[in-house]
Amino acid sequence: MSRMAATRDGYGDALLALSDNPKVVVLEADLGKSTKSLHFRKAHPERTVSCGIGEQNMLLVAAGMASNGYIPFASTFAIFTERAFEQMRNGVARPNLAVHLCGSHGGTHTGTDGSSAQSIEDLAIYRTLPNVVVMHPCDDVSTKALTMQLPDLGKPSYMRTARNKTPVLYDGKEDDIQIGKGVVLREGSDVAIIACGVLVHESLEAAEKLSAEGIEATVVDMHTIKPLDTDLIDALAEKCGAIVTAEDHSVIGGLGGAVAEHVVGSTPVPIEKIGVQDRFGESAGAEEMLEMMGLKSHHICDAVKNVIARKV
Amino acid sequence: MAMDISEVEEFARKCRVEIVKMVHRAQAGHPGGSLSEIDLISALYATRLRVKPENPDWNDRDRFILSKGHASPGMYAILAEMGFISHEDLKSYRVKGGVCQGHVDMKWCPGVDFSAGSLGMGLSFGMGCAIAAKLDGSNRNAYVMVGDGEIQEGSVWEAAMAATHHELGNLKLFVDCNGIQNDDFCEAQMRMFDIPAKWNAFGWAVKVIDGHDMTSIVEAIDWMDSIQDKPAVVIAKTIKGKGVSFMENNPAFHGAAPSDEQLAQALSELGVEA
Ligand SMILES: Cc1ncc(C[n+]2csc(CCOP(=O)(O)OP(=O)(O)O)c2C)c(N)n1
Ligand SMILES: [Mg+2]
Repeated sequence: MSRMAATRDGYGDALLALSDNPKVVVLEADLGKSTKSLHFRKAHPERTVSCGIGEQNMLLVAAGMASNGYIPFASTFAIFTERAFEQMRNGVARPNLAVHLCGSHGGTHTGTDGSSAQSIEDLAIYRTLPNVVVMHPCDDVSTKALTMQLPDLGKPSYMRTARNKTPVLYDGKEDDIQIGKGVVLREGSDVAIIACGVLVHESLEAAEKLSAEGIEATVVDMHTIKPLDTDLIDALAEKCGAIVTAEDHSVIGGLGGAVAEHVVGSTPVPIEKIGVQDRFGESAGAEEMLEMMGLKSHHICDAVKNVIARKV
Repeated sequence: MAMDISEVEEFARKCRVEIVKMVHRAQAGHPGGSLSEIDLISALYATRLRVKPENPDWNDRDRFILSKGHASPGMYAILAEMGFISHEDLKSYRVKGGVCQGHVDMKWCPGVDFSAGSLGMGLSFGMGCAIAAKLDGSNRNAYVMVGDGEIQEGSVWEAAMAATHHELGNLKLFVDCNGIQNDDFCEAQMRMFDIPAKWNAFGWAVKVIDGHDMTSIVEAIDWMDSIQDKPAVVIAKTIKGKGVSFMENNPAFHGAAPSDEQLAQALSELGVEA
C-alpha cells in the first residue's frame, strides 16, 4: 500500500520551505489551520497577514503587496475564493500581479460539509481569466513541487488542493513535475485518460481493470489545466484516437472543457467527460460522493468503452 | 408556544443534549457555536416565533435565518423539539441523503428558511424577507443569527447600511459573541473593538445582553419586537461550547467532535442519567 497524504499538506510544507525567501508572504482568512498555511504562520508571524473572515479584502491586500515587490500566497477553501472572483479578475489578473491563490477542500470529495463547501466550478471560472495559471495536483509531492515553482512564475495563479488523503504517486520523482507539463503515468494506445486531482487515482485504477479486459489506456496527470499541455494532448489524440477526461469538478468548463475546446480545433477525436453532471452535491462521505457523482473507476471504464465505440 | 423561563431553559438543555449526540455520531461538525447560540434560538422559538411545524411553508410565518450555517446541530435540535422534523431525523446529520445536511439547507430540511454555509450572506437574505413582508402588507418578521467572526465579512455591513436606509423595523438580528472563530480567538484573528458602537453607527437599535441568561434573552426579544422604525440588533455575550466544560471557551471545539469518553462526560454534565 502506498503512502497516503492530502494535497493541502504539500501546500503547507511548500510555504514553509519557501520562507527562506524574505519576499514570500502569507495571507489567511481564518482557515489557515485547514489550508495548512498555519505552519508558515507559526514560523513567520511577522510575514503572515490575518485578514479575518474577509476573502475579498484578502485578495486585494495580496495584490497591493505584490505591487510592492512581495510574493503573496493567499489561501482559503476553494469555494470561498470564489467570493473574491471579481477582485481576482480586476485587481489581480488584469494588472497581472503575481498573487498565488490556493483553494483547499475543492470538489465533492470534500464530503460531509455538504454542497455549500463542495466547489465544482473553481477550475472553470479561474481558467477564463487571462494571465492566470490554474493547477490541480493529485498528491502532496506534486503539490509541493508546483508550489515551489510559483515564486518564479511572475504571474498570478490559482491552485486547488483537496481535503482528504489520497495515494502518493511521486515520492522521489519531484523532478517530473513542471508547471504546464502533463505527466504520462501509464502508456497504452487504445484510449487516453486525462485526469486531474483525486481522479488521477481513479483513472489509474480504471486502466488496470481495462487492461485485464484487453484495453490499454494511457493515463495522464494533467495537474496544470492552464496553460494546457496541448502538445501532449495532440500527440495522444493522434496515437489513441479517443480521449476520456476525469475530474472532481463540473463537466462544464473544467479540464474536460479545456481539452475538448482544444481538440476540436486541432485533432478532433471522440471525447467522453467524467465529471459532475451539472448538479450540486450533498453531505456524504468522500467515497460516497465519488460514487454518487459518477466519478469512480468503474464509471471511467464505462466511459472508455463508450468512447472507443465512437472511434471512426 | 407559551413557555415560562424554566421551561425554556429545559427546552434548551434538551437541545444541548441532541447537539453533542449529533456531532459525536457524525464524528464531525460544529458543537461550539451550536452550544453558544442555543439559548437565544430556544427562547426565540419557544416564546415568540410565529411558525406552524405542521405547515412549514406557511407564507406568513416569521422567518429565522441561521446565517452561521455551520452551527446547524443547534438548528436541527430546535426543529426536532418543535416537531418540524423527528428525533430520528437527527441521526441523518451529515449522512448521505439525510435532511440534516452539514450546513442548514432550505432545500433539504423543513423549517429551514435559508441555505447557509458561506458566512456573511444571511443578513442580506433576511433583508429581502423583510422587504417582501412589507410589500405583502404582512406583519411577519425576519430574525437573523450571525456569528462574531462572521461579521468580519464586508457584505454584512452592506446589509447593515441598507437595512437602515430602508427603515426595516421588521428585521431583527442576533450576534452570537462567543469570542472565537475558526482558527483561534477573534482577538487573535481580527480585533473588532467596540461591536455595539459599530451597529449604533450604522443606525441600528442596539442592546447588549448575557446570551445565556434566559430572562434577559426573553426581555431582549420583547425589546426587539417593540422597535418598529428601524432594524434592531441584540448583541449577546456568549460562551462558545456553553454547557460542556471541556468545550467551553475552547477554540478546538469550533469544529471537532467529542470522543466516546468525552460524550459520556458531556451528557452527564448536561444532566443525562447514565
Ligand atoms: C465566506 C466563508 N468563509 C469562511 C468560512 C469557513 N468558516 C466556517 S465557520 C468559521 C468561523 C466562524 O466564526 P463565528 O462566526 O464566530 O461562528 P461561531 O463562533 O458562532 O461558530 C469559518 C471561518 C465560511 N463558512 N464562509
Ligand atoms: Mg464566534
